Amino acid sequence: MPEQLVFAMEVFLNGLMAGVLYALVALGFVLIYKASGIFNFAQGVMALFAAMTLVGIQNGQIPFAPLINATLGTNAHFFGWNLPSAISLPLTVGVMILLAWAVQRFVFRHLVGQEPIILFMATIGLAYFLEGVADLMWGSEIKKLDFCLTAETCLPQGINLAIDEATYNWFGYGFFIDNLDITAAIVAVLLVGALVAFSQYTKHGRAMRAVADDHQAALSVGISLDFIWVLVWSVAGFVALVAGIMWGAKSGVQFSLSLIALKALPVLMLGGFTSIPGAIVGGLIIGVGEKLFEFAIGPMVGGATENWFAYVLALLFLVFRPQGLFGEKIIERV
Amino acid sequence: MDMLDAGGTEETVLEVNNIEVIYNHVILVLKGVSLSVPKGGITALLGGNGAGKTTTLKAISNLLHSERGEVTKGSITYRGKSTQGRDPADMVKAGVIQVMEGRHCFEHLTVEENLLTGAYTRGSSTADINRDLEMVYTYFPRLKERRRSQAGYTSGGEQQMVAIGRALMSRPETILLDEPSMGLAPQLVEQIFGIVKSLNENEGYTFLLAEQNTNVALRFAHYGYILESGRVVMDGPAAELRENPDVKEFYLGMSDEGRKSFRDVRSYRRRKRWLS
Ligand SMILES: Nc1ncnc2c1ncn2[C@@H]1O[C@H](COP(=O)(O)OP(=O)(O)OP(=O)(O)O)[C@@H](O)[C@H]1O
Ligand SMILES: [Mg+2]
Repeated sequence: MPEQLVFAMEVFLNGLMAGVLYALVALGFVLIYKASGIFNFAQGVMALFAAMTLVGIQNGQIPFAPLINATLGTNAHFFGWNLPSAISLPLTVGVMILLAWAVQRFVFRHLVGQEPIILFMATIGLAYFLEGVADLMWGSEIKKLDFCLTAETCLPQGINLAIDEATYNWFGYGFFIDNLDITAAIVAVLLVGALVAFSQYTKHGRAMRAVADDHQAALSVGISLDFIWVLVWSVAGFVALVAGIMWGAKSGVQFSLSLIALKALPVLMLGGFTSIPGAIVGGLIIGVGEKLFEFAIGPMVGGATENWFAYVLALLFLVFRPQGLFGEKIIERV
Repeated sequence: MDMLDAGGTEETVLEVNNIEVIYNHVILVLKGVSLSVPKGGITALLGGNGAGKTTTLKAISNLLHSERGEVTKGSITYRGKSTQGRDPADMVKAGVIQVMEGRHCFEHLTVEENLLTGAYTRGSSTADINRDLEMVYTYFPRLKERRRSQAGYTSGGEQQMVAIGRALMSRPETILLDEPSMGLAPQLVEQIFGIVKSLNENEGYTFLLAEQNTNVALRFAHYGYILESGRVVMDGPAAELRENPDVKEFYLGMSDEGRKSFRDVRSYRRRKRWLS
């Protein structure tokens, strides 16, 4: 097999893995957009906030320590414990649910029936507010995220030796695939499976879809929009947490994490704003596309194509297929 | 014919007392509407475009709130309890559910999933819910055939059946049925009303029915209220209304001049005095 092709295959696989993370963030967008028509600009910041909260709890950081110390004149920063992720994870989920409730109670409940652009502006405000809160609560330094359910069972890091060896035997060249990426892919598949099962086969999942279809009709059968929206924001918060953990474990928890939200935008334009499969496939296409493009064309144009490739691709889609690959068909009322 | 009676029992389940409704804090739509709905009857709320029928139903089901509408005067009581400040879910639990004008099915859900959303407020077991599902299918056999189809792709008549069936799944006592005849062929209208009638007679559901189609509504209802510009201008047993010369002329299309307003009629004032 020609050497270039083998390299391209490795690049392809790595692209798939990067795409999984884009897909996860895009998935959070789609969930909220479908159920409430809100384009949640804060989805990326939610991933950041979730990851910081997880690390903070694990490391026994005192939240809002600078604030507390300034008012009380103390100098405490840590509780002095180290918690396994088996404990910090459910606590963080709890925080994300609380956040979902607060967002609904204090922001969107007051904006029911407003124009989409106003809702969108509100989420921009929310994004910056949340970023500020995350900073104040947990500090702005880059944090290492070790996700260990117990002291022994941690997220695997480093190159996957089995793949390295197998590909070496086949092609005479060992692929470099990160164990973390493989785990992320598996977790993402499980997460999507769970979400689909929830929305298809449970009462509240069905109510969620009903609300996405018709708010008035949902109200008329006694579904509480408030409750469903808190539920949706909680689920989106959980998805953000998973994305935050994966991304944070890979490159550390830092504020640039919220920028991955921007990569989710082209993903959504490809996949359609209302399609869960679209978010997944769109994420994978962008991930693979930008890596392959960089590999094949990058050297000719001086590299760094990953910065713009996704957006140009999205632009092409906007021109030729504005509803995205999987955009929902609008059913005409008979 | 049995349609001469007032329908149902003497017991009044729903009482609307002189209500005034304002949209967006400025648009006065209902200007003192009163009506009472007896248990087990079919009560019709008639009137032309924009008369305030839908607004009245939404005031009762409390769906008004989400449309920036508000009851600013008067009161509504269901089984003696004020409906003021309760949310639609509360009303559904209390036994009052609205079938909205224009059907409003959940388009991307299947027919059966649509029906199941009707049971959302119930804490019942799956067995209970399945039994009710079968009950709905006996009244609407067509829905059983189409249970796995996406509701958005079913016909107008089928969607109306879905909307009514979905309401039945909440195990209601009173159904506020808004304009079920809208956009349906006469034969289908006849069929839907026939089913409503048998639901009323066999299962004892109470109906408050808003209709522009006065002719059909008065044939199936026991009692009727005629609404014009946000006021009740006339009410009476359906059989009497059907024979009333003004109703005949202005609502049943038995005049060459077409439909006019009651306001044009001198007898209107007389009648109003007599009614109040
Ligand atoms: N959400 C709203 N905001 C402002 N005005 C409204 C709203 N809904 C209805 N109206 C107005 O209230 C009046 C009564 O409307 P309503 O829908 O109750 O009439 P209707 O008797 O149901 O008419 P139709 O037979 O056409 O359905 C109309 O003039 C209408 O324009
Ligand atoms: Mg109406």
